[in-house]
Amino acid sequence: MIVKNVVWKNRYLDSLKLMRISNTTAALQGVEKVSVVMATPLNKQILKEVGLYTEEGEKAKPEDMLVALSLNEESQVQSVLDFIEEEMNRVKSKVQETAGYAPKSLELAIQNLPDVNLALISVPGNYAKHEAMKALKKGLHVFLFSDNVSIEEEIELKNYAETQGLLVMGPGCGTAHINGVALGFANVVKNGPVGIVAAAGTGIQEAVSLLSNAGVGISHAIGTGGRDLSDKIGGITARQGLQILNEDEKTKVVILISKPPGKKTVLALSDAVKQMGKPVVVNFIGMSEQLPLGSNAVIVDTLEDAAFTAYELIKGKVVPYRTVFTRNPEEVSNRAETEWEKMQDEQRYVRGLFSGGTLCSEATLVLADYLSSVSSNIPPRPELKMNDTAKSEGHVCIDLGDEEFTVGRAHPMIDPFVRQQRLIQEAKDPKTAVILLDIVLGYGSHLDMAGALKETIVKAKSIRQEKGGYLCVVASVIGTDEDPQSLKEQEKKLTDYGVVVMSSNAQAARMAALIVSRGKIKDRLYGGK
Amino acid sequence: MAEKKKALDLISRPIKAVNIGLDSFVESLKAQSVEVIHVDWQPPAGGDDKALDLLDRLESL
Repeated sequence: MIVKNVVWKNRYLDSLKLMRISNTTAALQGVEKVSVVMATPLNKQILKEVGLYTEEGEKAKPEDMLVALSLNEESQVQSVLDFIEEEMNRVKSKVQETAGYAPKSLELAIQNLPDVNLALISVPGNYAKHEAMKALKKGLHVFLFSDNVSIEEEIELKNYAETQGLLVMGPGCGTAHINGVALGFANVVKNGPVGIVAAAGTGIQEAVSLLSNAGVGISHAIGTGGRDLSDKIGGITARQGLQILNEDEKTKVVILISKPPGKKTVLALSDAVKQMGKPVVVNFIGMSEQLPLGSNAVIVDTLEDAAFTAYELIKGKVVPYRTVFTRNPEEVSNRAETEWEKMQDEQRYVRGLFSGGTLCSEATLVLADYLSSVSSNIPPRPELKMNDTAKSEGHVCIDLGDEEFTVGRAHPMIDPFVRQQRLIQEAKDPKTAVILLDIVLGYGSHLDMAGALKETIVKAKSIRQEKGGYLCVVASVIGTDEDPQSLKEQEKKLTDYGVVVMSSNAQAARMAALIVSRGKIKDRLYGGK
Repeated sequence: MAEKKKALDLISRPIKAVNIGLDSFVESLKAQSVEVIHVDWQPPAGGDDKALDLLDRLESL
């Protein structure tokens, strides 16, 4: 095997396209490994770790593209490079086909689209602030999908935007709905009277999907970026968002979702909530302290309860709404029992493998309500921190979309690879009883995640079966029937190969807890905590 | 500099967007019949961080 680095000066393609090109190239005969990346210090480091780095690569600058190969013979190099070149041209012409006229600059784009009011920005983090500030100075609101933007840059962008009456949704904003338009990773939902402000991408996705499936639509869902409610930012976007929804006539009920805000920000937010002439359903995931919110605020524990409390408010019913399971208790218990009775005694733990950060945090908290030894790589409370993210001990919920798992790879909502690997790893642990999953649908996500995970789940189950045990897989699917992937079809696919499908993330976590406890937590589930 | 407006302006008009970065977002916006222009983005200032800082400072003058 020889390792070869080739530098293409001043060439750029986004990481998603480069990942796809790398995958296609890796399938060529005689190629052992291939990685086509932008030559950032981080990517160079990864190439070093996987043994794909040479002196030639060392010379590459961040604006250069670096092709790193390990293959059988030197004579193959040119044909592989030609193949990559062809793939790049193919990808570029596909972009032209989809996007049509694509000017080189923001200025030209604005000239060609009068009355433009929003910039969607998803360039690499180190360029994101520069592009966002340019858009703000042209008077555009910004949906900032990029992450790896520093908190100082976020403060600068949001302070400037606020003085101009503009909104910065992000950085790291995955989802928004504005005037019926879904932005980023977002679901196809009905228009209607519920408005959302959320520092939680998959939190928005679950809330809007549950509401829409129940027949109540969304007016707007404003994403703020995960750090907006920290004291350093002070909830600038969240407060602007609440004000917008308060003034919007279509919006009758508001949902506010975030991990617990900073101490000062809670006070600023509670003032903003009190001033609203509408009910506000609040889900600060994992916040146990009493909140100084006004009488128009209804506090709930889960995304599902947030969605259905908003639903009940719209229908003029009594709130808050609290769900345990949608299906009747006997039916749920019987299903749980058919799962646990096939297990070996030593199979005791839940292993949650998530693509959505908010969904992971929520599941961690639900499990921690009923079980001990629960931990996560993104702990919603400090005491729930996982010791070693590479190896699961006890009950764990892992956010596979966290940076640690996504460096140089696409997000697990798009690319199932990391989750497939971890699923097999967990199946080999004799203590694993339940694999808990989220399948997130909508624009931007994998077009058939249930299908992509099938082979792995079947294999994981057979690994356990060969040892005389039984591996249970519990999942919830976040989405609607109108999504490109169709909720019904994805749920059916999972059910068909033996996955226990629950109707919300919180219910899936409760089901997992019920199964591993062998039914012992049943009374606590129904009798309150 | 653009005329100062209220954040409410975001929802008072239909979305018309410029997309800078992942082209898959253009695809989903077009599927929703939203007017959108994709910018054929390349790293500015040759990707050099120092040059980018300088550019930022010049543009803010």
